[in-house]
Amino acid sequence: MSDPAHVIRFADVEQTFGRDDGSAVTALEGVTFDIGRNEFLAVLGPSGCGKSTLLRLIAGLIFPTRGAVSIYDLTVTEPRDEIGIVFQRPTLLPWFDVLGNVTFPLRHKYGRVSAEDKERAQELLELVGLADFSAKRIDELSGGMQQRVAIARALLLDPDILLMDEPFSALDALTRDEMSLELLRIWSERPKTVLFITHSIPEAVLLADRIIVMTPRPGRVREIIEVDLPRPRSIATLSEPRFHALANHIRGQLFSRVAA
Amino acid sequence: MPLQTISAASSSAVSPPETKARPVAVGLRLRVWADRLAPAAAFIALVVVWEGACRIFAIPSFLLPSPSAIVRAGFEISAAQWLTNISATLRVALMGYVVAIVVSIPLAVALVNSRFLSRTLYPILVIVQSTPIVAVAPIIVVTLGASDLPRVVITFLITFFPIVVSTVTGLMATPEELIELSRSLRAGRTREMLHIRIPFAVPYIFSALKISITLAIIGAVVAEFVAAEHGLGFFIMFSTSFFKIPQAFAGLVVLVALSLILFRLCTLTQRWLVPWSLPKSQR
Repeated sequence: MSDPAHVIRFADVEQTFGRDDGSAVTALEGVTFDIGRNEFLAVLGPSGCGKSTLLRLIAGLIFPTRGAVSIYDLTVTEPRDEIGIVFQRPTLLPWFDVLGNVTFPLRHKYGRVSAEDKERAQELLELVGLADFSAKRIDELSGGMQQRVAIARALLLDPDILLMDEPFSALDALTRDEMSLELLRIWSERPKTVLFITHSIPEAVLLADRIIVMTPRPGRVREIIEVDLPRPRSIATLSEPRFHALANHIRGQLFSRVAA
Repeated sequence: MPLQTISAASSSAVSPPETKARPVAVGLRLRVWADRLAPAAAFIALVVVWEGACRIFAIPSFLLPSPSAIVRAGFEISAAQWLTNISATLRVALMGYVVAIVVSIPLAVALVNSRFLSRTLYPILVIVQSTPIVAVAPIIVVTLGASDLPRVVITFLITFFPIVVSTVTGLMATPEELIELSRSLRAGRTREMLHIRIPFAVPYIFSALKISITLAIIGAVVAEFVAAEHGLGFFIMFSTSFFKIPQAFAGLVVLVALSLILFRLCTLTQRWLVPWSLPKSQR
């Protein structure tokens, strides 16, 4: 099997949306970049810069107006099995317990869940640190725990690609740092190609191999930054001079009003 | 054996932590009971004031019968007669209600699924709902003849709209992310509806079912006012036409009780079938 250096490729992607009044909004323009195998790529930008559009293009939920998005050199024409998605809100189903929520993608796709599937879901719950919570109801969990369940759910079909749309932005600051480090641990145990959308600069620097900084609407790639902080990263990484240098650089990029 | 249990209980009650916690617990328990009894106490107070006013001001019973007069009038009617009337009203109300559920929920699913249907059918539904059914009832009775059918149709017409509107709202209230999750799994529209949209609509549907069950009783009574030989609506009409006002009030009391019981049954069904759809405090 061929193993291209890049897993996901955006080639000069433009995305316009029609409004109800007939006018069109350009969300993305001339977006070109690659994501390598098992790379952790963060996308950072002001709100409304089309970050979530990037994610939906990869997921095959929408298709570019111009240019092409490809996964393993195949143009995306429909949603694919090798993708797991974690949204901003956990969006769990209150009528299932925790385990039922993790196995939901299988139930939903194939109509049934086998004993093996449940075992795998239980392993995933262990991975995200909720081994003893499988029979709990959703409203018994904290926000951070719910998002852990959502991560386990996204990992159920063992995807190569994990798409995360500001997954920790609804959490309080302490839980957020904890979840970031948890995500790094999970990622090191189950390496995946990750696209992580965020509007938090420290979060992006702490997590990512590379960071794409976007411009405001229409979203363009302003800069792609290599994060050369050593791994494994920990809470101590947050106080390294290099961490602050990178964060300051990005802050400068985001707040300079003149287009790059 | 019971003696042992009592001594065990009392010995535990005497243990130090228990005695310390006791005054607080008693105060709390009193407050809990006061809270629980408040509605009943208010109701009893109202009945007492009503009875007192009727006696003191000697209000004639054809204007406002006293509670005791209503109870007496109620007991003058034989149990068999009550049963006939209750069962007639209940039958019409429940048949109309069940038909409304069976029609409304699939209709709501169809409206959500098809832009064409929602553009064409929904305005018509709003027109039907805006028509005063009480005014249409005599026409329906003439058209459909003298049987349960017109009464069930009238009940249905009063009952179905809240269920359609609430179900549509519920089906549309599903978080967009879950629909995207469903689409990313390529699960198909049917599974999206069955696994995500309909369960998400359940709390909305039950709200509507609770409103509609009381409307169903209203519908049945309206229908009986127009044309019926039995039923509580007929009974009240019949009683008032002979100036038996206490008897009419007794019929009213039975109707209210019936409505309350059915409402309660709806709540219990929800708690039994889909407890997750209730707020934590009501489970």
